[in-house]
Amino acid sequence: MTDSIRAEHVSKDFLLRYQRTFKQVTVAKMRRQKTSERFQAVDDVSFTVAQGESIGLMGLNGSGKSTLLKMINGVMRPDSGSLLTRGRIAGLIATGAGFHPQLTGRDNLMLNAAILGMSEAETRRKFDSIVEFAELGSRLDTQVGHYSSGQNARLGFAIAIHVDSDIFLADEVLAVGDKPFRRKCLERMEEVRDSGRTLFYVSHSAGTVRRMCTRVLVLEKGGLAFDGGVEEGIEFLHGEEDEASGPAKIGRGRKSARPDDVLDDDELGADI
Amino acid sequence: MTDQLTRVDGLDDEQPHRADEQTPMRPPSATTGLFEVFRRRYLLRLLVRREISARYQGSFLGLLWSYINPLSQFAIYYFIMGKALGLHDSIPNFPIHIFAALIIVHFFNETMGAGTRSIVGNKALVTKMAVPREMFPVASMLVSLYHVLPQVGIIVAVCFFAGWSPDAVGLAAFFLALAISMLLGMALALFFAAANVFFRDVGSVVGILTNLVRFGVPMIYSYDMVADRFGAVAPYYLLNPIANAVLLFQRAFWTPTLAPGTRNVQLPDHLLTRGLLMVAVSLVVLAIGQLVFSRLQNRVPERL
Repeated sequence: MTDSIRAEHVSKDFLLRYQRTFKQVTVAKMRRQKTSERFQAVDDVSFTVAQGESIGLMGLNGSGKSTLLKMINGVMRPDSGSLLTRGRIAGLIATGAGFHPQLTGRDNLMLNAAILGMSEAETRRKFDSIVEFAELGSRLDTQVGHYSSGQNARLGFAIAIHVDSDIFLADEVLAVGDKPFRRKCLERMEEVRDSGRTLFYVSHSAGTVRRMCTRVLVLEKGGLAFDGGVEEGIEFLHGEEDEASGPAKIGRGRKSARPDDVLDDDELGADI
Repeated sequence: MTDQLTRVDGLDDEQPHRADEQTPMRPPSATTGLFEVFRRRYLLRLLVRREISARYQGSFLGLLWSYINPLSQFAIYYFIMGKALGLHDSIPNFPIHIFAALIIVHFFNETMGAGTRSIVGNKALVTKMAVPREMFPVASMLVSLYHVLPQVGIIVAVCFFAGWSPDAVGLAAFFLALAISMLLGMALALFFAAANVFFRDVGSVVGILTNLVRFGVPMIYSYDMVADRFGAVAPYYLLNPIANAVLLFQRAFWTPTLAPGTRNVQLPDHLLTRGLLMVAVSLVVLAIGQLVFSRLQNRVPERL
Protein backbone atom coordinates (compact mmCIF):
# COMPACT_ATOMS: atom_id res chain seq x y z
CA MET A 1 0.00 0.00 0.00
CA THR A 2 1.34 3.44 -0.84
CA ASP A 3 1.42 6.22 1.66
CA SER A 4 -0.94 9.09 1.15
CA ILE A 5 -0.10 11.41 4.03
CA ARG A 6 3.09 11.23 6.02
CA ALA A 7 3.58 13.51 9.01
CA GLU A 8 6.85 13.40 10.92
CA HIS A 9 7.25 15.46 14.09
CA VAL A 10 4.98 18.18 12.76
CA SER A 11 4.73 21.23 15.00
CA LYS A 12 3.05 24.57 14.58
CA ASP A 13 2.95 27.43 17.04
CA PHE A 14 1.19 30.74 17.00
CA LEU A 15 2.42 33.99 18.39
CA LEU A 16 -0.27 35.62 20.44
CA ARG A 17 0.15 39.35 20.87
CA TYR A 18 -1.57 41.12 23.69
CA GLN A 19 -0.88 44.66 22.52
CA ARG A 20 -1.26 45.90 19.00
CA THR A 21 -0.09 49.49 18.96
CA PHE A 22 3.27 51.09 19.58
CA LYS A 23 1.93 52.90 22.64
CA GLN A 24 0.48 49.75 24.21
CA VAL A 25 3.64 47.76 23.59
CA THR A 26 5.83 50.48 25.12
CA VAL A 27 3.66 50.76 28.22
CA ALA A 28 3.61 46.98 28.63
CA LYS A 29 7.37 46.74 28.27
CA MET A 30 7.90 49.41 30.90
CA ARG A 31 5.64 47.54 33.29
CA ARG A 32 7.54 44.37 32.41
CA GLN A 33 4.41 42.62 31.25
CA LYS A 34 4.44 39.97 28.58
CA THR A 35 3.76 41.45 25.16
CA SER A 36 3.42 38.17 23.37
CA GLU A 37 3.26 34.49 24.04
CA ARG A 38 3.91 31.41 21.98
CA PHE A 39 1.09 28.96 21.79
CA GLN A 40 1.77 25.44 20.58
CA ALA A 41 -1.21 24.55 18.41
CA VAL A 42 0.20 21.30 17.03
CA ASP A 43 2.98 19.65 18.98
CA ASP A 44 5.25 17.00 17.50
CA VAL A 45 2.61 14.96 15.69
CA SER A 46 3.65 11.94 13.64
CA PHE A 47 1.46 9.53 11.71
CA THR A 48 1.22 7.84 8.34
CA VAL A 49 -1.94 7.35 6.35
CA ALA A 50 -2.04 4.77 3.59
CA GLN A 51 -3.91 5.47 0.41
CA GLY A 52 -7.56 4.51 0.68
CA GLU A 53 -7.72 4.69 4.47
CA SER A 54 -10.46 6.75 6.06
CA ILE A 55 -9.32 8.58 9.12
CA GLY A 56 -11.46 10.27 11.74
CA LEU A 57 -9.63 13.10 13.44
CA MET A 58 -11.16 13.83 16.81
CA GLY A 59 -10.41 15.93 19.84
CA LEU A 60 -11.85 18.62 22.06
CA ASN A 61 -12.21 22.18 20.89
CA GLY A 62 -8.83 23.85 20.65
CA SER A 63 -6.91 20.62 20.46
CA GLY A 64 -5.36 21.57 17.13
CA LYS A 65 -7.56 19.64 14.71
CA SER A 66 -8.24 22.51 12.37
CA THR A 67 -4.62 23.65 12.39
CA LEU A 68 -3.49 20.16 11.47
CA LEU A 69 -6.07 20.03 8.72
CA LYS A 70 -4.97 23.42 7.40
CA MET A 71 -1.42 22.15 7.19
CA ILE A 72 -2.49 19.05 5.28
CA ASN A 73 -4.53 21.27 3.00
CA GLY A 74 -1.49 23.47 2.38
CA VAL A 75 -2.90 26.67 3.82
CA MET A 76 -0.40 26.67 6.67
CA ARG A 77 3.13 25.41 6.77
CA PRO A 78 4.56 23.46 9.70
CA ASP A 79 7.19 25.33 11.73
CA SER A 80 9.19 22.15 12.14
CA GLY A 81 8.93 18.56 11.07
CA SER A 82 7.89 17.39 7.66
CA LEU A 83 4.48 16.88 6.17
CA LEU A 84 4.20 15.16 2.80
CA THR A 85 1.16 14.26 0.75
CA ARG A 86 0.67 12.39 -2.48
CA GLY A 87 -1.65 13.55 -5.23
CA ARG A 88 -4.33 16.15 -5.42
CA ILE A 89 -6.00 17.40 -2.26
CA ALA A 90 -9.53 18.68 -2.07
CA GLY A 91 -12.37 18.52 0.30
CA LEU A 92 -15.04 20.05 2.36
CA ILE A 93 -13.07 22.62 4.23
CA ALA A 94 -14.49 26.09 4.46
CA THR A 95 -16.90 25.33 1.66
CA GLY A 96 -18.08 28.48 0.05
CA ALA A 97 -15.17 30.47 1.44
CA GLY A 98 -14.60 33.43 -0.79
CA PHE A 99 -18.06 33.49 -2.27
CA HIS A 100 -18.62 37.01 -3.45
CA PRO A 101 -22.05 38.15 -2.23
CA GLN A 102 -22.59 40.45 -5.18
CA LEU A 103 -21.88 37.91 -7.88
CA THR A 104 -24.41 35.36 -9.06
CA GLY A 105 -24.39 31.74 -8.01
CA ARG A 106 -23.18 30.81 -11.48
CA ASP A 107 -20.17 33.15 -11.35
CA ASN A 108 -19.30 32.07 -7.84
CA LEU A 109 -19.55 28.45 -8.88
CA MET A 110 -17.04 28.93 -11.70
CA LEU A 111 -14.68 30.92 -9.47
CA ASN A 112 -14.87 28.58 -6.50
CA ALA A 113 -14.29 25.57 -8.73
CA ALA A 114 -11.21 27.25 -10.17
CA ILE A 115 -9.92 28.05 -6.70
CA LEU A 116 -10.32 24.40 -5.79
CA GLY A 117 -8.18 23.54 -8.77
CA MET A 118 -10.65 22.60 -11.48
CA SER A 119 -9.82 23.49 -15.07
CA GLU A 120 -12.28 25.28 -17.29
CA ALA A 121 -13.14 22.11 -19.22
CA GLU A 122 -13.57 20.15 -16.01
CA THR A 123 -15.92 22.78 -14.61
CA ARG A 124 -18.03 22.82 -17.76
CA ARG A 125 -18.24 19.05 -17.75
CA LYS A 126 -19.41 18.91 -14.14
CA PHE A 127 -21.49 22.08 -14.17
CA ASP A 128 -24.93 20.47 -14.50
CA SER A 129 -24.12 17.83 -11.95
CA ILE A 130 -23.02 20.48 -9.44
CA VAL A 131 -26.14 22.56 -10.00
CA GLU A 132 -28.32 19.53 -9.60
CA PHE A 133 -26.59 18.52 -6.39
CA ALA A 134 -26.91 22.04 -4.96
CA GLU A 135 -30.66 22.05 -5.66
CA LEU A 136 -30.65 25.73 -6.46
CA GLY A 137 -32.85 25.63 -9.53
CA SER A 138 -33.67 29.07 -10.86
CA ARG A 139 -31.81 30.85 -8.05
CA LEU A 140 -28.53 30.04 -9.73
CA ASP A 141 -28.55 33.35 -11.54
CA THR A 142 -29.33 35.54 -8.54
CA GLN A 143 -26.75 37.10 -6.25
CA VAL A 144 -25.27 34.81 -3.65
CA GLY A 145 -25.79 37.57 -1.08
CA HIS A 146 -29.51 36.86 -1.30
CA TYR A 147 -29.15 33.15 -0.66
CA SER A 148 -30.17 31.59 2.63
CA SER A 149 -27.36 30.11 4.65
CA GLY A 150 -28.53 26.66 3.64
CA GLN A 151 -28.46 27.49 -0.06
CA ASN A 152 -25.03 29.02 0.35
CA ALA A 153 -23.72 25.93 2.05
CA ARG A 154 -25.31 23.60 -0.49
CA LEU A 155 -23.63 25.39 -3.36
CA GLY A 156 -20.25 25.34 -1.61
CA PHE A 157 -20.63 21.70 -0.74
CA ALA A 158 -21.75 20.71 -4.22
CA ILE A 159 -18.70 22.31 -5.81
CA ALA A 160 -16.24 20.88 -3.30
CA ILE A 161 -17.54 17.34 -3.59
CA HIS A 162 -17.15 17.41 -7.37
CA VAL A 163 -13.45 18.15 -7.22
CA ASP A 164 -11.55 15.07 -8.19
CA SER A 165 -8.86 14.35 -5.65
CA ASP A 166 -6.67 11.67 -4.14
CA ILE A 167 -7.01 12.97 -0.61
CA PHE A 168 -10.39 14.15 0.56
CA LEU A 169 -10.49 16.38 3.64
CA ALA A 170 -13.66 17.20 5.52
CA ASP A 171 -14.00 19.54 8.47
CA GLU A 172 -17.30 19.25 10.32
CA VAL A 173 -19.16 20.38 7.27
CA LEU A 174 -22.39 18.64 7.85
CA ALA A 175 -23.60 21.17 10.38
CA VAL A 176 -25.59 23.09 7.81
CA GLY A 177 -28.38 22.12 5.53
CA ASP A 178 -31.57 20.22 6.20
CA LYS A 179 -31.87 16.54 6.95
CA PRO A 180 -32.30 15.21 3.41
CA PHE A 181 -29.33 17.23 2.22
CA ARG A 182 -27.16 16.03 5.08
CA ARG A 183 -28.09 12.45 4.30
CA LYS A 184 -27.18 13.02 0.66
CA CYS A 185 -23.83 14.48 1.66
CA LEU A 186 -22.99 11.56 3.85
CA GLU A 187 -23.85 9.15 1.06
CA ARG A 188 -21.60 11.11 -1.23
CA MET A 189 -18.75 10.95 1.25
CA GLU A 190 -19.22 7.23 1.51
CA GLU A 191 -18.85 7.00 -2.24
CA VAL A 192 -15.63 8.97 -1.98
CA ARG A 193 -14.39 6.61 0.68
CA ASP A 194 -15.37 3.51 -1.25
CA SER A 195 -13.67 4.73 -4.41
CA GLY A 196 -10.25 4.18 -2.87
CA ARG A 197 -9.50 7.79 -2.10
CA THR A 198 -8.01 8.77 1.22
CA LEU A 199 -10.57 10.32 3.52
CA PHE A 200 -9.54 12.59 6.37
CA TYR A 201 -12.55 13.58 8.39
CA VAL A 202 -12.56 15.97 11.33
CA SER A 203 -15.54 15.52 13.59
CA HIS A 204 -16.90 15.61 17.09
CA SER A 205 -19.67 13.27 16.14
CA ALA A 206 -19.01 9.72 17.15
CA GLY A 207 -21.92 8.55 15.03
CA THR A 208 -20.55 9.73 11.71
CA VAL A 209 -17.01 8.78 12.55
CA ARG A 210 -18.22 5.28 13.29
CA ARG A 211 -20.04 5.22 9.99
CA MET A 212 -17.33 6.77 7.83
CA CYS A 213 -13.96 5.86 9.25
CA THR A 214 -11.69 2.88 9.72
CA ARG A 215 -9.18 4.52 12.02
CA VAL A 216 -9.27 7.32 14.57
CA LEU A 217 -6.65 9.87 15.58
CA VAL A 218 -7.31 11.88 18.73
CA LEU A 219 -5.51 15.14 19.37
CA GLU A 220 -5.06 16.44 22.89
CA LYS A 221 -3.60 19.91 23.46
CA GLY A 222 -1.82 19.75 20.13
CA GLY A 223 -0.26 16.34 20.61
CA LEU A 224 -1.35 13.02 19.17
CA ALA A 225 -2.92 11.19 22.11
CA PHE A 226 -4.46 8.23 20.35
CA ASP A 227 -4.01 6.43 17.05
CA GLY A 228 -5.94 3.24 16.45
CA GLY A 229 -9.32 1.63 16.00
CA VAL A 230 -12.58 3.54 15.77
CA GLU A 231 -14.31 2.20 18.89
CA GLU A 232 -11.23 2.54 21.06
CA GLY A 233 -10.68 6.07 19.77
CA ILE A 234 -14.21 7.14 20.56
CA GLU A 235 -13.96 5.49 23.96
CA PHE A 236 -10.68 7.31 24.57
CA LEU A 237 -12.19 10.64 23.62
CA HIS A 238 -15.18 10.17 25.91
CA GLY A 239 -12.85 9.50 28.80
CA GLU A 240 -11.13 12.74 28.00
CA GLU A 241 -14.38 14.66 27.69
CA ASP A 242 -15.51 13.41 31.09
CA GLU A 243 -12.25 14.52 32.57
CA ALA A 244 -12.64 17.96 31.01
CA SER A 245 -16.23 18.47 32.03
CA GLY A 246 -15.56 17.26 35.55
CA PRO A 247 -18.25 16.46 38.11
CA ALA A 248 -20.82 18.64 36.35
CA LYS A 249 -21.79 15.79 34.09
CA ILE A 250 -22.93 13.53 36.87
CA GLY A 251 -26.55 12.69 36.55
CA ARG A 252 -26.71 13.14 32.79
CA GLY A 253 -25.76 9.56 32.31
CA ARG A 254 -24.24 10.24 28.93
CA LYS A 255 -22.20 7.09 28.86
CA SER A 256 -25.01 4.69 29.40
CA ALA A 257 -27.42 6.27 26.96
CA ARG A 258 -25.24 7.69 24.27
CA PRO A 259 -27.62 9.14 21.71
CA ASP A 260 -25.13 9.44 18.90
CA ASP A 261 -26.19 6.49 16.90
CA VAL A 262 -25.60 6.19 13.20
CA LEU A 263 -28.96 7.31 12.01
CA ASP A 264 -29.46 10.15 14.42
CA ASP A 265 -28.77 12.93 11.96
CA ASP A 266 -29.51 15.72 14.36
CA GLU A 267 -26.25 15.08 16.02
CA LEU A 268 -24.47 15.87 12.78
CA GLY A 269 -25.48 19.44 13.19
CA ALA A 270 -24.41 19.61 16.78
CA ASP A 271 -21.57 22.00 16.24
CA ILE A 272 -19.85 23.99 13.60
CA MET B 1 -13.09 0.32 -8.75
CA THR B 2 -13.66 1.78 -12.18
CA ASP B 3 -17.40 1.70 -11.68
CA GLN B 4 -17.20 3.55 -8.44
CA LEU B 5 -14.94 6.21 -9.86
CA THR B 6 -17.30 7.13 -12.62
CA ARG B 7 -20.18 7.15 -10.22
CA VAL B 8 -18.41 9.57 -7.90
CA ASP B 9 -17.61 11.96 -10.65
CA GLY B 10 -21.12 12.04 -12.01
CA LEU B 11 -21.09 13.17 -15.58
CA ASP B 12 -17.36 12.82 -15.88
CA ASP B 13 -16.74 10.73 -18.96
CA GLU B 14 -13.00 10.60 -18.82
CA GLN B 15 -11.02 8.55 -16.38
CA PRO B 16 -9.79 10.78 -13.56
CA HIS B 17 -6.13 10.60 -12.83
CA ARG B 18 -5.32 8.73 -9.66
CA ALA B 19 -2.14 9.10 -7.68
CA ASP B 20 0.00 5.97 -7.57
CA GLU B 21 3.52 5.02 -6.53
CA GLN B 22 4.91 7.17 -9.31
CA THR B 23 3.30 10.33 -7.99
CA PRO B 24 5.90 12.00 -5.79
CA MET B 25 5.14 12.91 -2.21
CA ARG B 26 5.54 16.59 -1.61
CA PRO B 27 4.70 19.25 0.96
CA PRO B 28 1.11 20.36 0.31
CA SER B 29 2.01 24.00 0.86
CA ALA B 30 4.74 24.00 -1.79
CA THR B 31 4.34 26.80 -4.30
CA THR B 32 6.53 28.33 -6.95
CA GLY B 33 5.29 31.85 -6.30
CA LEU B 34 4.66 34.01 -9.34
CA PHE B 35 5.31 31.11 -11.72
CA GLU B 36 2.47 29.22 -10.09
CA VAL B 37 0.21 32.19 -10.73
CA PHE B 38 0.87 32.07 -14.44
CA ARG B 39 0.47 28.31 -14.49
CA ARG B 40 -3.05 28.82 -13.17
CA ARG B 41 -4.08 31.43 -15.72
CA TYR B 42 -7.69 30.28 -15.76
CA LEU B 43 -8.13 31.08 -12.07
CA LEU B 44 -6.29 34.36 -12.54
CA ARG B 45 -8.66 35.30 -15.35
CA LEU B 46 -11.69 34.57 -13.19
CA LEU B 47 -10.28 36.55 -10.26
CA VAL B 48 -9.60 39.53 -12.51
CA ARG B 49 -13.11 39.32 -13.93
CA ARG B 50 -14.60 39.12 -10.44
CA GLU B 51 -12.60 42.13 -9.35
CA ILE B 52 -13.65 44.17 -12.37
CA SER B 53 -17.33 43.39 -12.03
CA ALA B 54 -17.35 43.68 -8.24
CA ARG B 55 -15.31 46.85 -7.78
CA TYR B 56 -18.11 49.23 -8.62
CA GLN B 57 -21.08 47.03 -7.73
CA GLY B 58 -23.95 49.04 -6.32
CA SER B 59 -22.67 52.33 -7.66
CA PHE B 60 -24.78 54.14 -10.22
CA LEU B 61 -21.98 55.26 -12.52
CA GLY B 62 -20.14 51.95 -12.21
CA LEU B 63 -17.13 51.54 -14.41
CA LEU B 64 -17.29 55.21 -15.37
CA TRP B 65 -15.60 56.03 -12.06
CA SER B 66 -12.41 54.58 -13.47
CA TYR B 67 -12.37 57.46 -15.89
CA ILE B 68 -13.88 60.13 -13.71
CA ASN B 69 -11.05 59.78 -11.19
CA PRO B 70 -8.13 60.39 -13.55
CA LEU B 71 -10.13 62.98 -15.49
CA SER B 72 -10.85 64.97 -12.34
CA GLN B 73 -7.18 64.86 -11.42
CA PHE B 74 -6.38 65.96 -14.92
CA ALA B 75 -8.80 68.88 -14.60
CA ILE B 76 -7.26 69.95 -11.29
CA TYR B 77 -3.72 69.91 -12.63
CA TYR B 78 -4.79 71.52 -15.85
CA PHE B 79 -6.48 74.47 -14.20
CA ILE B 80 -4.36 74.96 -11.09
CA MET B 81 -0.97 74.26 -12.60
CA GLY B 82 -1.65 75.25 -16.14
CA LYS B 83 -3.79 78.34 -15.72
CA ALA B 84 -3.07 79.59 -12.22
CA LEU B 85 0.67 78.91 -12.23
CA GLY B 86 0.99 79.72 -15.91
CA LEU B 87 2.64 76.53 -17.13
CA HIS B 88 0.66 76.61 -20.36
CA ASP B 89 3.04 79.15 -21.74
CA SER B 90 6.26 77.40 -20.77
CA ILE B 91 5.29 73.84 -21.74
CA PRO B 92 3.93 73.32 -25.23
CA ASN B 93 0.88 71.03 -25.52
CA PHE B 94 0.65 71.02 -21.74
CA PRO B 95 -2.59 68.96 -21.52
CA ILE B 96 -0.99 66.05 -23.40
CA HIS B 97 2.09 66.38 -21.22
CA ILE B 98 -0.03 66.02 -18.09
CA PHE B 99 -2.30 63.30 -19.42
CA ALA B 100 0.51 61.07 -20.67
CA ALA B 101 2.16 61.28 -17.27
CA LEU B 102 -1.12 60.83 -15.43
CA ILE B 103 -1.84 57.51 -17.14
CA ILE B 104 1.43 56.03 -15.88
CA VAL B 105 1.19 57.59 -12.41
CA HIS B 106 -2.40 56.47 -11.98
CA PHE B 107 -1.65 52.94 -13.19
CA PHE B 108 1.38 52.58 -10.93
CA ASN B 109 -0.35 53.99 -7.87
CA GLU B 110 -3.45 51.87 -8.43
CA THR B 111 -1.33 48.74 -8.79
CA MET B 112 0.54 49.53 -5.61
CA GLY B 113 -2.51 50.65 -3.60
CA ALA B 114 -4.96 47.93 -4.62
CA GLY B 115 -2.16 45.36 -4.46
CA THR B 116 -1.33 46.36 -0.90
CA ARG B 117 -4.93 45.85 0.15
CA SER B 118 -5.39 42.64 -1.84
CA ILE B 119 -4.23 40.05 0.71
CA VAL B 120 -6.10 41.58 3.65
CA GLY B 121 -9.13 42.11 1.41
CA ASN B 122 -9.22 38.48 0.37
CA LYS B 123 -8.92 37.25 3.92
CA ALA B 124 -11.57 34.56 3.51
CA LEU B 125 -9.69 32.92 0.66
CA VAL B 126 -6.20 33.46 2.03
CA THR B 127 -6.87 31.90 5.43
CA LYS B 128 -8.89 28.97 4.18
CA MET B 129 -7.88 27.93 0.70
CA ALA B 130 -4.60 26.72 -0.69
CA VAL B 131 -4.28 29.29 -3.45
CA PRO B 132 -0.93 30.79 -4.41
CA ARG B 133 -1.21 34.09 -2.56
CA GLU B 134 0.72 36.03 -5.19
CA MET B 135 -2.48 35.58 -7.19
CA PHE B 136 -4.18 38.52 -5.47
CA PRO B 137 -1.58 41.28 -6.03
CA VAL B 138 -1.16 40.04 -9.62
CA ALA B 139 -4.92 40.16 -10.15
CA SER B 140 -5.13 43.75 -8.85
CA MET B 141 -2.30 44.73 -11.16
CA LEU B 142 -4.16 43.26 -14.14
CA VAL B 143 -7.37 45.03 -13.11
CA SER B 144 -5.49 48.33 -13.06
CA LEU B 145 -4.00 47.51 -16.44
CA TYR B 146 -7.49 46.86 -17.76
CA HIS B 147 -8.44 50.41 -16.78
CA VAL B 148 -5.40 51.82 -18.58
CA LEU B 149 -6.65 50.68 -21.98
CA PRO B 150 -9.47 53.23 -22.50
CA GLN B 151 -7.22 55.99 -21.19
CA VAL B 152 -4.69 55.08 -23.86
CA GLY B 153 -7.55 55.20 -26.36
CA ILE B 154 -8.40 58.74 -25.25
CA ILE B 155 -4.83 59.99 -25.46
CA VAL B 156 -4.33 58.43 -28.90
CA ALA B 157 -7.44 60.24 -30.14
CA VAL B 158 -6.33 63.55 -28.61
CA CYS B 159 -2.83 63.16 -30.05
CA PHE B 160 -4.20 62.60 -33.54
CA PHE B 161 -6.07 65.88 -33.26
CA ALA B 162 -2.84 67.56 -32.16
CA GLY B 163 -1.04 66.37 -35.27
CA TRP B 164 0.54 63.20 -33.88
CA SER B 165 2.62 60.98 -36.13
CA PRO B 166 3.31 57.61 -34.47
CA ASP B 167 6.82 56.21 -34.86
CA ALA B 168 8.65 52.99 -34.01
CA VAL B 169 10.75 54.55 -31.24
CA GLY B 170 7.58 55.92 -29.68
CA LEU B 171 5.98 52.49 -29.79
CA ALA B 172 9.01 50.93 -28.11
CA ALA B 173 8.95 53.69 -25.50
CA PHE B 174 5.25 53.01 -24.89
CA PHE B 175 5.82 49.33 -24.12
CA LEU B 176 8.92 50.00 -22.03
CA ALA B 177 6.98 52.49 -19.93
CA LEU B 178 4.18 50.01 -19.30
CA ALA B 179 6.67 47.23 -18.53
CA ILE B 180 8.47 49.36 -15.93
CA SER B 181 5.27 50.39 -14.16
CA MET B 182 3.86 46.87 -14.27
CA LEU B 183 6.96 45.16 -12.90
CA LEU B 184 7.83 47.75 -10.29
CA GLY B 185 4.20 48.19 -9.24
CA MET B 186 3.94 44.40 -8.90
CA ALA B 187 7.14 44.22 -6.86
CA LEU B 188 6.02 46.88 -4.38
CA ALA B 189 2.50 45.43 -4.28
CA LEU B 190 3.91 42.03 -3.26
CA PHE B 191 6.10 43.56 -0.62
CA PHE B 192 3.46 45.86 0.86
CA ALA B 193 0.65 43.29 0.61
CA ALA B 194 2.55 40.91 2.88
CA ALA B 195 3.73 43.68 5.21
CA ASN B 196 0.18 45.04 5.46
CA VAL B 197 -0.93 41.80 7.09
CA PHE B 198 1.45 42.37 9.97
CA PHE B 199 1.03 46.12 10.35
CA ARG B 200 -1.91 47.94 8.88
CA ASP B 201 0.29 51.07 9.09
CA VAL B 202 1.59 50.02 5.70
CA GLY B 203 -1.52 51.46 4.08
CA SER B 204 -0.56 54.92 5.30
CA VAL B 205 3.02 54.49 4.14
CA VAL B 206 1.73 53.61 0.69
CA GLY B 207 -0.40 56.77 0.78
CA ILE B 208 2.72 58.88 1.29
CA LEU B 209 4.56 56.99 -1.42
CA THR B 210 1.66 57.59 -3.78
CA ASN B 211 2.00 61.32 -3.28
CA LEU B 212 5.74 61.14 -3.73
CA VAL B 213 5.27 59.36 -7.05
CA ARG B 214 2.79 61.99 -8.19
CA PHE B 215 5.23 64.83 -7.66
CA GLY B 216 8.45 62.95 -8.32
CA VAL B 217 7.74 62.59 -12.02
CA PRO B 218 7.64 65.24 -14.76
CA MET B 219 3.87 65.61 -14.85
CA ILE B 220 2.93 69.08 -13.65
CA TYR B 221 6.39 70.40 -14.51
CA SER B 222 8.54 69.53 -17.50
CA TYR B 223 11.82 67.65 -17.48
CA ASP B 224 13.91 70.68 -18.46
CA MET B 225 12.81 72.44 -15.27
CA VAL B 226 14.44 69.69 -13.18
CA ALA B 227 18.02 70.73 -13.84
CA ASP B 228 17.17 74.40 -13.09
CA ARG B 229 15.05 74.09 -10.01
CA PHE B 230 15.74 70.80 -8.26
CA GLY B 231 19.24 71.85 -7.25
CA ALA B 232 21.24 69.10 -5.57
CA VAL B 233 18.55 66.47 -6.22
CA ALA B 234 18.61 66.96 -9.99
CA PRO B 235 21.44 64.47 -10.79
CA TYR B 236 19.53 61.72 -8.99
CA TYR B 237 16.18 62.51 -10.56
CA LEU B 238 16.52 59.93 -13.31
CA LEU B 239 17.26 57.14 -10.85
CA ASN B 240 13.54 56.99 -10.22
CA PRO B 241 12.20 54.24 -12.51
CA ILE B 242 8.73 55.79 -12.62
CA ALA B 243 10.15 59.14 -13.75
CA ASN B 244 11.76 57.20 -16.59
CA ALA B 245 8.49 55.47 -17.39
CA VAL B 246 6.72 58.81 -17.53
CA LEU B 247 9.40 60.29 -19.79
CA LEU B 248 9.10 57.25 -22.09
CA PHE B 249 5.34 57.70 -22.22
CA GLN B 250 5.81 61.34 -23.08
CA ARG B 251 8.26 60.30 -25.79
CA ALA B 252 5.49 58.08 -27.16
CA PHE B 253 2.67 60.64 -27.07
CA TRP B 254 3.76 64.14 -26.19
CA THR B 255 6.96 64.96 -28.14
CA PRO B 256 5.65 63.68 -31.49
CA THR B 257 2.91 66.34 -31.29
CA LEU B 258 5.40 69.19 -30.84
CA ALA B 259 6.66 71.41 -33.63
CA PRO B 260 9.76 69.96 -35.37
CA GLY B 261 13.03 71.22 -33.95
CA THR B 262 11.83 71.47 -30.37
CA ARG B 263 11.41 67.71 -29.93
CA ASN B 264 14.72 66.55 -28.59
CA VAL B 265 15.53 69.32 -26.17
CA GLN B 266 12.70 68.40 -23.85
CA LEU B 267 13.78 64.89 -22.87
CA PRO B 268 17.03 63.34 -21.58
CA ASP B 269 19.37 61.40 -23.89
CA HIS B 270 19.47 57.62 -24.26
CA LEU B 271 15.86 57.33 -23.23
CA LEU B 272 15.32 53.80 -24.58
CA THR B 273 18.58 52.47 -23.14
CA ARG B 274 17.68 53.93 -19.76
CA GLY B 275 14.25 52.38 -20.14
CA LEU B 276 15.70 48.92 -20.76
CA LEU B 277 17.96 49.35 -17.76
CA MET B 278 14.98 50.31 -15.64
CA VAL B 279 13.09 47.20 -16.79
CA ALA B 280 16.07 45.17 -15.58
CA VAL B 281 16.12 47.06 -12.27
CA SER B 282 12.38 46.48 -11.85
CA LEU B 283 12.87 42.76 -12.49
CA VAL B 284 15.49 42.63 -9.74
CA VAL B 285 13.18 44.49 -7.35
CA LEU B 286 10.40 42.07 -8.31
CA ALA B 287 12.63 39.11 -7.47
CA ILE B 288 13.39 40.69 -4.09
CA GLY B 289 9.68 41.40 -3.56
CA GLN B 290 8.88 37.76 -4.29
CA LEU B 291 11.58 36.61 -1.88
CA VAL B 292 10.25 38.80 0.92
CA PHE B 293 6.71 37.71 0.15
CA SER B 294 7.63 34.02 0.33
CA ARG B 295 9.35 34.57 3.66
CA LEU B 296 6.50 36.53 5.19
CA GLN B 297 3.63 34.45 3.87
CA ASN B 298 4.30 31.54 6.24
CA ARG B 299 2.85 33.63 9.01
CA VAL B 300 0.16 35.32 6.95
CA PRO B 301 -2.85 33.03 7.65
CA GLU B 302 -2.46 33.23 11.43
CA ARG B 303 -1.96 36.99 11.48
CA LEU B 304 -4.92 37.93 9.33
